[in-house]
Amino acid sequence: MQELRKEKMSTLLEIKNLHAEVEGKQILKGLNLTVRAGEVHAIMGPNGAGKSTLAAVLSGKEGYTVTAGTALFDGADLFALEADERAKEGLFLAFQYPVEIPGVSNINFLRTAINEIRAYRKQEPVSAKDFMALVKEKSKLVELKDNLASRSVNEGFSGGEKKRNEIFQMAMLEPKLAILDETDSGLDIDALRIVASGVNKLKNAGNAIVVITHYQRLLDYIIPDFVHVLADGRIVKTGDKSLALELEEKGYDWINTAQKV
Amino acid sequence: MTTALVSEKLAAFIAPFEIPSNVFQKEAYDNLIQLDFPTTRNEYWKYTRVGKIQNSKLKIQKETKLTADVLKPFLSAANFIVLENGIFRADLSHISVEGVKVDVIKPAFISDETKFNSASQQHLFTALNATYFSELISISVAEKTVMNEALQLLVVTSGNAVFSNPRIVIDVHKYADAKFEASYVALNADGAFNNVVTAFFVAENAHVVYDKIQNENNPGFHISTEEVAQEKNSRFKINTMTLDGALVRNNINISVNGENCETHINGAVIAKETMHVDNHTFVNHRVPNCFSNENYKYVLDGKSTGVFNGRVIVQQHAQKINAYQKNANILLSDFAQINSKPELEIYADDVKCSHGSTTGQLDDDAVFYLQARGISKEKAKKLLVAAFIGEITEQISSDEVKKQVNRILAEKHDWML
Ligand SMILES: Nc1ncnc2c1ncn2[C@@H]1O[C@H](COP(=O)(O)OP(=O)(O)OP(=O)(O)O)[C@@H](O)[C@H]1O
Ligand SMILES: [Mg+2]
Repeated sequence: MQELRKEKMSTLLEIKNLHAEVEGKQILKGLNLTVRAGEVHAIMGPNGAGKSTLAAVLSGKEGYTVTAGTALFDGADLFALEADERAKEGLFLAFQYPVEIPGVSNINFLRTAINEIRAYRKQEPVSAKDFMALVKEKSKLVELKDNLASRSVNEGFSGGEKKRNEIFQMAMLEPKLAILDETDSGLDIDALRIVASGVNKLKNAGNAIVVITHYQRLLDYIIPDFVHVLADGRIVKTGDKSLALELEEKGYDWINTAQKV
Repeated sequence: MTTALVSEKLAAFIAPFEIPSNVFQKEAYDNLIQLDFPTTRNEYWKYTRVGKIQNSKLKIQKETKLTADVLKPFLSAANFIVLENGIFRADLSHISVEGVKVDVIKPAFISDETKFNSASQQHLFTALNATYFSELISISVAEKTVMNEALQLLVVTSGNAVFSNPRIVIDVHKYADAKFEASYVALNADGAFNNVVTAFFVAENAHVVYDKIQNENNPGFHISTEEVAQEKNSRFKINTMTLDGALVRNNINISVNGENCETHINGAVIAKETMHVDNHTFVNHRVPNCFSNENYKYVLDGKSTGVFNGRVIVQQHAQKINAYQKNANILLSDFAQINSKPELEIYADDVKCSHGSTTGQLDDDAVFYLQARGISKEKAKKLLVAAFIGEITEQISSDEVKKQVNRILAEKHDWML
């Protein structure tokens, strides 16, 4: 009994029967997923299955309409919150395709973000000194070059630098739940190791990570507790880390076939 | 000798004003009455209607009343001159810059030698200025003078429905390096009309930077004309920031008369409600081996309208000219409008010219990206708009002026920077 309640309390994300469409097209078709504090979930699945759509719906991107289902984030109704409020509550999305924002400096906007989040949580704004110390510490974590932190957001960054910048921002914001959408794609082998070890250092018993990936390779570094297969808008199979190995070997066809039977 | 007025509209407009008696302005008057208010049938006034100015009942104010304390918030330099409705206020000004001299000349004392290639007398507003200005303010920067800080020209329109005609000549001599900051302010000046003419003579090897901040309260009308003549090896840079005004029209006419000149024309327009801001620029490349670069950005909200017309002529013998022009606009509301037109007339064959005009909304993906990091949508949009304009703001030479601009943006447009 005691045990059960504890487990329930530490549920960070609970998605039930999620249906969502974009531009009139049904993409998510009854998706269920529960993520508890301390867990790492991997979501794999074929191109166009709806993985990024799930991330977009959860983080509140406009144009995505939830037609059925619910999502509780740390007990709160996620879909009742604006995108920025979700971030303020501790949700983070590392974008598959981070946008370039010329003229907006990486660290200035992060400082604005941190102070808005702190105000939301009724905390004092961070001092310039503390903030710079934080930038220094966190950019080290993902070995982000000094000048990248102060440049315009992602402008002229290489593909790999953009991905590192996403994790740098995650480190700065210390979210409760981070969704990493193909953070591994575009990273060279060394960068993959650095970014993965950064993520591992940020992981603790109180937070959780959902990694969306196509490659088992990332999961050698960030070891998942669960591996899900998302196909045609649903989680069609869930297993442990060995499922990723199996998928690497056999692809997705066998799962679909198995379902049809 | 009397000349019959051609236009009834003009006759009604100038009826309240005394016909000048001095030689210079009498001549200007005789020229003026041959002219008329431009209509939208005129190519250069196609998108800007001046009916509201034309129908105004204005008065020319000769008495001054401004006091130092009301001007304080607008000062951004250690050295400054104050003009109140075109009248020099020596008592409120402070100028002690080595090599910089300010003379004030009454129209009656203007002789033929007085250097002023007054803007084409064919244009109604410059002709009005020539006819009704109270004083000619002549600023001279001596040879080889290097101004480390800008001289501020605080041009104040004061009093409801006044018709103000500031007339300024800036003479920058050889090898001098001059900086100016013109701040246009309106105080208790509802429905006032500020009609400015500023002439620049940029001598050989001289450098001039001119920051122009337009912050006249809505509703008020502002038309200004900058006439610039550049001699060889000179450099001229003008940055115009338009932050307020019911109807603003800027004419910048630059004649590049000498080789190896550099010309920079930058402008930012931040408009809301029913503001109307029109920038007409004209660079005349008359000789070879020169460079000009133009960059205008508009952010239009509410029902505001913007007009950009960038005219560049490269004359037949003006080879090896590089002339670039860019105009980018963001419309923040469905009701805001921009009319943008480049006008390149190139008669030489060995030149590099380019122009580009873009108009769009804020990038939704960028707004979402910032939101996803915890920044509210409102704030995210403001950050992006500020970044968009940043390219122009950066061009302003003085940090004090930048601060002023940011303060105005925060107060009037609720921006965060
Ligand atoms: N804004 C949109 N407009 C139209 N269709 C969209 C939009 N966003 C997603 N889709 C469509 O929804 C489907 C799911 O796309 P999604 O990006 O979620 O796939 P994914 O699983 O992330 O694929 P990948 O592995 O290639 O990243 C695709 O068919 C895609 O074309
Ligand atoms: Mg995707």
